[in-house]
Amino acid sequence: MSNSEGYMKALKCRECGHEYPLGATHVCEFDFGPLEVAYDYDRIRKTLNRDVICSRPKNMWRYRELLPIAGEPTVGREVGYTPLIRADRLARRLGIRELWIKNDAVNYPTLSFKDRVVSVALSRSVELGFQTVACASTGNLANSVAANAAAAGLNCFVFIPHDLEQGKVVNSLVYGASVIGIRGHYDEVNRLCAEIAGKYPWAFVNVNMRPYYAEGSKSMGFEIQEQLGWRIPEHTVVCMASGSLLTKIHKSYQEFSKLGIVPQTPWKIHGAQATGCNPITQAQKAGLDFFKPQKPNTIAKSLAIGTPADGFYALRVMKETGGAGDDVTDDEIREGIRLLAECEGIFAETAGGVTVGVAKKLIASGKIAADSSAVLCITGNGLKTLDAVVGHVGQPRDIKPSLREFEALLSRENPELVSA
Amino acid sequence: MPVKIRIPTPLRKLTHDQDVVEVPAGTIGSAIAELQTRFPGIRERLVDEAGQVRRFVNVYVNEEDIRFLQNNDTPLKDGDDVSIIPAIAGG
Repeated sequence: MSNSEGYMKALKCRECGHEYPLGATHVCEFDFGPLEVAYDYDRIRKTLNRDVICSRPKNMWRYRELLPIAGEPTVGREVGYTPLIRADRLARRLGIRELWIKNDAVNYPTLSFKDRVVSVALSRSVELGFQTVACASTGNLANSVAANAAAAGLNCFVFIPHDLEQGKVVNSLVYGASVIGIRGHYDEVNRLCAEIAGKYPWAFVNVNMRPYYAEGSKSMGFEIQEQLGWRIPEHTVVCMASGSLLTKIHKSYQEFSKLGIVPQTPWKIHGAQATGCNPITQAQKAGLDFFKPQKPNTIAKSLAIGTPADGFYALRVMKETGGAGDDVTDDEIREGIRLLAECEGIFAETAGGVTVGVAKKLIASGKIAADSSAVLCITGNGLKTLDAVVGHVGQPRDIKPSLREFEALLSRENPELVSA
Repeated sequence: MPVKIRIPTPLRKLTHDQDVVEVPAGTIGSAIAELQTRFPGIRERLVDEAGQVRRFVNVYVNEEDIRFLQNNDTPLKDGDDVSIIPAIAGG
């Protein structure tokens, strides 16, 4: 038996099951269904167990048999194993017994969960012989592709909507990538990239490399299970743009339980969107298994995908696991950011505000029971979306370097603290 | 009334590697019918049994998704650009 492709067997259409060789291709020729990596689980079962995982360095590659590269990772070897925080103060505020924060706001090297998918996509791109990598991005992916490509010595093009937050633009430019701003929203960037990918021999991480790329998200779910003490959380709340992360967290629970690495206990996966771009949660709430595309208008730009490619599968995961979906307004997003920051000292980007805001609603409505345990997936860092909160978190009070001025201020604002 | 149709990579085996095809058509529905006449087999790739564009296929007229227009009945005029694009993952 050849091991030249590691533990991967083929690319397989999620709709019709037609199989393809393990190349740079993402769509079934017959029905346009997305292709997914098929693994040799029998071989993986013989190799991978808790002891083997624990013997490896603390990064996402400790689960490497379940990640789609043939050899050793060459890009992003240190990515992942971000903290899982027991969030008791936020739990009390939201009214739930047990709450955990999976904090990918401090993922390495570019402070979002995208480093997971990019390290897989670029390692696989190198295996397939590509010298130029590219992506369509709402910002975080662009940052991660630019940084990881720089470290790996690959040429890099990133395509973004022209009106992204400055932090996300600078965070791509600094690595020397070619940053192309498209005058249009993300769905239009995506459409252009699909056309460019059809013409240029580049590895577009979320176009022709998508089957590999998407699998990287599973590592967030593997880590959650390990860090919880080898168990599957009762409730997981995940924000949704294309819906891919939510489906891959679900898959990580399926794989670990199928392989006997964790006990098979029931789990519910809940999806979170911004009200200004909620094609998936709108369909979920209406009980539909298909969604209607939208034109996004939300401060949560990293979630602003009006035509979510995995929306259909995300709806299915919520339905099958008994999870719910909901969405929050821009003000509720800012409130979610502040709640997480004030209770847990974690500054998340707007997508994190969406996750916290929706968790609050689901707990309040009883869809997540007050006596249960939940994990919130925080996917990106607040320092990248300062524009969204500037002016909403107060202002510093400037005074002269004078003790008298300070005490005058204190007696106005916190008289109980003034020292006699 | 010729319109330009951009053919995505997965369908180019059917169009003998042509990435742009010009067809006369008054609507998206008739454009797909015309493609089928020239390139037998292409219709079933694009639409389901009910004749609707498949879940994972996006069709754009001059960069606007036909689901924001009139789906299969979206009118076409001389010189319109039609793109057929597979759905793409997030970013």
